[in-house]
Amino acid sequence: MSSATTTAEAYRTQLRMNRMGLWLFFVSEVFLFGGLLATRFYLWGNTRPELDQSIGLIVTSVLLLSSLSMNLSEKGLEHNNRRLFLGGLVFTFVFGLVFLVGVMVFEWGLFPAFYEGHLTPGENVYGAVVFAMTGMHALHVITGLAFIAIVWNLGRKGSYSPERHWGVESCAIYWHFVDVVWIFFYPALYLIGHVAH
Amino acid sequence: MSLMSLGIVRGFVWQIAGTIIGIVFAVAMRLMMGMSPWATEPVWVVAILFGSMGFLIGVGSMTDWFKWMVGIDTPMRHGPPKGKPAWTRYFGVDYNHKVIGIQYTITAIFMLAVGGAFAIIFRTELARSGLQFLNPGQYNTFIGMHGWAAIFAIFIGIGGMANYLVPLMIGAEDMAFPRLNAFAFWINIPAIVWLLASLYHGWDAGWTLYPLLSTRGEPGFQFVFLSVFLLGFSSILGSLNLIATMLMMRPKGMSLFRMPIFCWGVMGASIIQLTATQFIAQSFLMLSFERTLGMPFFNPDGGGSPLLFQHLFWFYSHPAVYVWVLPGLGVISEILPVFARKPLFGYRWIALSSIAIALVGFLVWGHHMFTSGYANSLRAPFMLATLLVAVPTGVKFFSWLGTLWGGKLTFPTPMLFALGAISVFLLGGLSGPPLALVGSDLFLHDSYFVIGHFHATIFGGFVFPFLAALYFWYPKVTGRMYNETLGKLHFWIMTPAFWMMSVGQMSVGVMGMRRRIADYDPMLGGMTSSGLSAVEIGQTVVTISAFLIAFSILLMIYNLLNSAEVGALAGNNPWRSRSPEWQIPSPAPEHSYATPIRVVGEPYDYGLPGSTYVTMATAGDD
Repeated sequence: MSSATTTAEAYRTQLRMNRMGLWLFFVSEVFLFGGLLATRFYLWGNTRPELDQSIGLIVTSVLLLSSLSMNLSEKGLEHNNRRLFLGGLVFTFVFGLVFLVGVMVFEWGLFPAFYEGHLTPGENVYGAVVFAMTGMHALHVITGLAFIAIVWNLGRKGSYSPERHWGVESCAIYWHFVDVVWIFFYPALYLIGHVAH
Repeated sequence: MSLMSLGIVRGFVWQIAGTIIGIVFAVAMRLMMGMSPWATEPVWVVAILFGSMGFLIGVGSMTDWFKWMVGIDTPMRHGPPKGKPAWTRYFGVDYNHKVIGIQYTITAIFMLAVGGAFAIIFRTELARSGLQFLNPGQYNTFIGMHGWAAIFAIFIGIGGMANYLVPLMIGAEDMAFPRLNAFAFWINIPAIVWLLASLYHGWDAGWTLYPLLSTRGEPGFQFVFLSVFLLGFSSILGSLNLIATMLMMRPKGMSLFRMPIFCWGVMGASIIQLTATQFIAQSFLMLSFERTLGMPFFNPDGGGSPLLFQHLFWFYSHPAVYVWVLPGLGVISEILPVFARKPLFGYRWIALSSIAIALVGFLVWGHHMFTSGYANSLRAPFMLATLLVAVPTGVKFFSWLGTLWGGKLTFPTPMLFALGAISVFLLGGLSGPPLALVGSDLFLHDSYFVIGHFHATIFGGFVFPFLAALYFWYPKVTGRMYNETLGKLHFWIMTPAFWMMSVGQMSVGVMGMRRRIADYDPMLGGMTSSGLSAVEIGQTVVTISAFLIAFSILLMIYNLLNSAEVGALAGNNPWRSRSPEWQIPSPAPEHSYATPIRVVGEPYDYGLPGSTYVTMATAGDD
C-alpha cells in the first residue's frame, strides 16, 4: 500500500465524515427555522402584515439566482474552469448582498433618512415576528457571505483542486440551504393569510 | 512557566477585555444614535456577547479555524503541550477526547457542588416557616440558580461521560471532529461565568423563566438567557459530534446492535439535543429581544402570547429530561451484566427503548401545561402520550431484572450505585402517573410533590448512574483503585438520605406546600404531639437529608482526589469487563488503540464459555 493511496483514502473518509457533520447541522437548523415558522403561525394564524410585495419578489428572485450562480461556480471548479469558479462566487456574493440590502434597507428601514420602513420591531406582534424571521435568516446570509469571501480568497490562491474542494462544497451546500429556508419563509411572510396590519 | 500560558487564564483575561470593549462599543453606539449613554441592560447584552467571544478566542479554541480561513494547514496535535508540565493540558485547548472528557467531568462536579450549595442555603431557610435569613428576592434567585446550576452540571456531566467513553467503546481513535469537540467544551466556561454573574442583579422567576415575570424585573435575567443560549450551543455541537462518531467510526464487525449499550443511550440523548435544543435557544433569544427591543412575542399588550413561550420552552425542556436520563440508564445497563456475570437481558429491546423514549419524548410536552389554560382538547392526547413513555421505560426495568435474575452478584461501589439508581428511578417513575393524569395533576401541579418526583427521576436517571460511572471508570481514567470502604460509606449515607428527601418532599407537597414560595403556612398537615406541625417535621427531614447528601458527595470528592495519589494500582481490567476500553492499558494511552479492533461476537455474553466480543488486529490482518 503506497502512501499516496493511504492519504487519498484518509481524505475520502474525512470527506464522508464532514458531509455527515454538515447534514446533521442542517437537521438541527431545520428545527431553528421550524420553530420560527411555528411562532409565525401560532401568533398570526391566517393573517399577515402588509409588506412591500415588489421588494419581496425582487429579493426572492435574486436569492434564487444566487443559488444558480453558486452551482455554476462549483461545477466550474469540478471541470477545472477557474474563471467560472471564481466568477460564480463573485456573482453569488453580489446577489447575496443585494438580497441583504433589499431586506435590511427597504423592508426594515435601517436608514430611515434614506428609506422609511413600514414596520418596527417593538410596535406589535407583526413587527416582532417579521424582524425575528428575517433577522435570523439575514444572520445566516451574512455568515454565508463571509464564507463565500473566505472561499473566494482561498480559491484565488489556488487552494482547491477539482478532486479536493470540501471548502467549496460545504460553502455551496450551506448557501443552498439558506436559500431553501427562504423559500419557506417568503410565502409565510408575504403570501399566506389576509392582510390584517 | 507563566500563568498566562494556561489557556483558561488567557481565556478569562480575554473575556474581561471583551466585556470592557463591549461596554465601550455599546455606549458609543448609543451616543451615536442620540440616546442616553448608559442603560444597564442593553449595554450588558452587548458586553456579554463580546466577552464570550473574547473567551473563546483567548482560550485558543478557534485558532486552528482562523488559520484555515487564510489557507494555513494545521496538523492534528497530540500529547501534552511541548515544554510544559503534562497537567497543563487540562487547563487549555486539547483535542484528545479523553482529556476533553475529563475536563467536562471535573467541570460537572464543580457545577454539581455549586448547585448543591444553593440548595443547601434555601433548604436551611425552609426548615422552619417564616423567613429566617433570606428575603423573598434572594430566595427566588437561589431556587432559580439551584435549578440552572444543576442543569449545567447534568449536561456537562453527560458530555463528560459521552466524550470519554463513546470513542473508547467503539474503538475509535478520537471523536469525528476533535476541534469542534474542544470548542463545544470551552463554550461552557463563559456560560458558567455569566450564570454566576447573574447573582449580582438577581432574577426571580424560577428556573422556567416564564414571561411575563421574566420580561420585567432585574437585568439578571439577561445573563441567564444568554448563558443558557451558550450552553445550548455546546449541546448542539457536542451531540452532532457524537452522532457522527457513532455512525461513521465503528470498527469492522461492530454493527449498530453490537455497540456497547451505553452508546445507544447517548444516541437517543444526542438526537434530542441536536434538534430540540434549538427551541429553547430560540425561546430565550425571544425573551432577550423582548426585554431589550420591546418585541412583544409573549406580551398580550402587543398581540403576543405567554402560552407560546410555554410551548416552545417545554418542547425542548421535556425531551431534555430524557437527555439527562438516557445516558444514565445506559450506564446502569452497562454495569449490571459485569457484576452479575450474565448476558444483558434483551439487548435489542434496551437499545430500541432508548430511541423510543427519545422519540415519544417529543410528543408529551403539554403535560407541563395542564393548568396553563390551553385548549381543553389538548389535555387528553398529552396525557395518553405521557403514559406511553412508561412502556419503553418499563422495558428497561424488566431487562435489568432479567439481567440480575440468577446472576452471580458481587457488590462493589459501582454496582451498589447502579442498584441504588434503579430503586430511586423506580420511586421517580411510580410518582409520575399522578402527575401525568390530568385529574390528579390539577391538584398536585405547582406543589412540592412535583419537586419530589422530579428529583427522584433525575437522581435515579442521572446522579446515581453518574456516580456509579465515576467509580466504575475511575480505574480506567487514573489507573488506580478508589477506596472501597469510603465508596460504600458514600453509598450507604446517600441512598437512604435521598429516599428520605424525596419522600419527604412528596409528603409536604401533598400537605399543600407549594414550590418556589419562600414561606409556608406552619399549620399545614396539622399539629403533632411533638409540638411541631406535620409540615415542619417534613421540611426538617428534607433539610437534614440534603445536608447528608452534601456530606456524602464531599466524601466522594475526597476519595477520588486522594486515591489518585495513594490508591492501589488497579491493573488493566479490574472488573473483568468485555468492553473494548478495558482491553487496553489503564490509564488509556494517548493513542487508545495501538492496532484497530475487530468485533467478532456479542457484547454482553458474560459467562458463556468460549464467547469473544473484540479482538485486537495483529500485523498481517487486512
